[in-house]
Amino acid sequence: MSEKKTIPFQGTPQQEEQLKAVIQSHKDEKGALIPVLHEAQEIYGYLPIEVQTMIADGLGIPLSEVYGIVTFYTQFKLEPKGQYHIAICLGTACYVKGSGDILEEFKNKLGIDVGQCTSDAKYSLEATRCIGACGLAPVLTVNDEVYGRLTKHDVDDIMKKYV
Amino acid sequence: MKSIAEIDAIRAKKYAEIALRQDKTKKPDDVKAHILVCGGTGCQSSGSLDIKQKFEEELKKQNLEQGVSVVLTGCFGLCALGPIVVVYPSGSFYSRVNVEDIEKIVAQHIGQGEPVKELLYEETVLEDGSVKPLNQVPFYAKQNRIALRNCGAIDPECIDEYIAMDGYKALEKVLKEYEPQQVIDVIKDSGLRGRGGAGFPTGMKWQFAANSVNDKKYVCCNADEGDPGAFMDRSVLEGDPHSVIEAMAIAAYAIGSDEGYIYIRAEYPIAVNRLKIAIAQAEEYGVLGDNIMGTDFSFHLGIRLGAGAFVCGEETALMTSIEGHRGEPRPRPPFPAVKGLWEKPTLLNNVETYANICQIILNGPEWYTSMGTEKSKGTKVFALGGKIHNTGLVEIPMGTTMREIVEEIGGGIPGGKKFKAAQTGGPSGGCIPASLIDTPIDYDSLINIGSMMGSGGLIVMDEDNCMVDIAKFFLEFTVDESCGKCTPCRIGTKRMYEILEKITQGKGTLEDLDKLEELAYAIKTSAMCGLGQTAPNPVLSTLRYFRDEYVAHVVDKKCPAGICKALLSYTIDPEKCKGCSLCARNCPVDAISGEIKNPYTIDTDKCIKCGVCMSKCKFNAISKQ
Repeated sequence: MSEKKTIPFQGTPQQEEQLKAVIQSHKDEKGALIPVLHEAQEIYGYLPIEVQTMIADGLGIPLSEVYGIVTFYTQFKLEPKGQYHIAICLGTACYVKGSGDILEEFKNKLGIDVGQCTSDAKYSLEATRCIGACGLAPVLTVNDEVYGRLTKHDVDDIMKKYV
Repeated sequence: MKSIAEIDAIRAKKYAEIALRQDKTKKPDDVKAHILVCGGTGCQSSGSLDIKQKFEEELKKQNLEQGVSVVLTGCFGLCALGPIVVVYPSGSFYSRVNVEDIEKIVAQHIGQGEPVKELLYEETVLEDGSVKPLNQVPFYAKQNRIALRNCGAIDPECIDEYIAMDGYKALEKVLKEYEPQQVIDVIKDSGLRGRGGAGFPTGMKWQFAANSVNDKKYVCCNADEGDPGAFMDRSVLEGDPHSVIEAMAIAAYAIGSDEGYIYIRAEYPIAVNRLKIAIAQAEEYGVLGDNIMGTDFSFHLGIRLGAGAFVCGEETALMTSIEGHRGEPRPRPPFPAVKGLWEKPTLLNNVETYANICQIILNGPEWYTSMGTEKSKGTKVFALGGKIHNTGLVEIPMGTTMREIVEEIGGGIPGGKKFKAAQTGGPSGGCIPASLIDTPIDYDSLINIGSMMGSGGLIVMDEDNCMVDIAKFFLEFTVDESCGKCTPCRIGTKRMYEILEKITQGKGTLEDLDKLEELAYAIKTSAMCGLGQTAPNPVLSTLRYFRDEYVAHVVDKKCPAGICKALLSYTIDPEKCKGCSLCARNCPVDAISGEIKNPYTIDTDKCIKCGVCMSKCKFNAISKQ
């Protein structure tokens, strides 16, 4: 397994403008924090501490509370995604059809664990909850591309498409 | 804002346009065909958006656009055969459609009126070559689609099509004819019970919320469908979002509320998008918002996205999450009907529960009670998955047996394998073994055999699935999803998981089985919310019906299904081995050695049990035990 390392934050002024507009539009709403976090993640792709700080300041909520929420919900990511984000469904329908083996194969091939990104920022790996394509089980996605009815022997062919 | 008369006019006009999907004799002269393309998540994953686009292009290219519309619908249910296309008025059902097929379908079916038989779902084609209606195919014949009535039948992004199918007629009826208490009485009389899993009588829930006196009340919808392998609610919201919106407005009228929220998983982008469109359309038509249909009743509806926390499906945790906090549950009482969202009385129902409401109002409670069993009325939607032919979405009358679902609707187990068990209720439920396959599916029968209805996930398992492994899979899920607020759930499930891990590693003892059971009952009685109280169920039910499998792991150190890797060993049968060396060349860890044309052997110390050798061997010489 590779060492866990942080990829430096590279937010742009445009992204900051967008985030400020989002905060402004939700400011007076009850329960605004979670919707703001969702939109912030759309802008940045993840929620590093720098973004959380801006949100905490903007909404007047302690940073500790923002962090508490971000770490509670699995949808919110503290790490950026790789260029190719591989998400393997571990819903029950996929699991009984062998998606666990497929995940193991990717872990071995990439040398990273679930939730990690390769050091060249090329691949990241995620084990997702049911994505609802149970008719195609076992299924995985690479970015927006869906692959279904797989066996672990398909892993090599899929990897070949993303080099 | 539209007046009731205007909505009636829209209904009549649109119905004339789309009635051919129900009844081919109602085809208007200027309409030639409707091409319905499934736009559910399953079919979109296999490219249905490209298929829709290709149809439009091809119709244009072949100059056949006149009188033909291409409609993106919700889920047809038979996800295993996706992407699905149905062409009306003939109702021809095309399965696993490829973009390359479309030119031919357009030319032959639309152009010459001849369905392309070789591309149709084979079950719909009779031996003499004629096509039989879809509702006579085994998958659909035993179903009774009420909650799913519009899924796959209308364009979910078009409010007019919903209105044409008697949409917003129930709301109109309620506002014009019923006092709020009468609405509650109708729901009570229908016997409808909560479809989220627990089965609490819906009418009673409404009554409690109505009885609470307060200046502000909320109506919420639980669309945080977190059970792995369950996609009923998503399909309803993707295929028929207005039916939920209309039902929530009716509920608001009944309990005296003017504001509501739909809490939906962020993992369901298509459903979220269609809901947003539907809410905007409903507001534009004045069936949602201020002074609905010109009355003094107002109801505003918002969407809140979940963020991947299973516990938020629990009602108090869901409301805490809407309030913008960590989604941790809180003790009940007070119940949400007394103190819910922002401490105000709140009514919370599941998507499928709401999807039944309008039909009950329109057809009356007697109609609803005519379906189902004594204590479980109506129908239930299941997401059928796992080792079964017809993976997909089915809606069956309560009381249908598991055998009918698996063998008839589901089309049996692929590969000639034997049915071992069906799992319902996800991480909160249990399994139904082959010996109980004739159990009728209703709330009470399932509780009696140690399982539960659950929200509707139904996973079929065959002889190749290890039940200890499945129990471990669900425990891993609950350990991961436990919010950590109460000790029995946070620590207890973890200890149970560790014991299961030990057993699957071949290090378990018989005492561990007793310990597992003891822990399970302790957690069930002491955890704070539904997640913890039900988390041990998968273990208890597998222990009850598959104890011999646990014993095999513990005493014989064997996994009968051949799943638990630590208990497996691969061997080469020297009689069958031809010495071709294919296995040795493919082994990733060089654990296989030998000389060409002589039997090879596996070094079990080096072997990582990946199974590559077994899948490569052309002589079936390698076996696992």
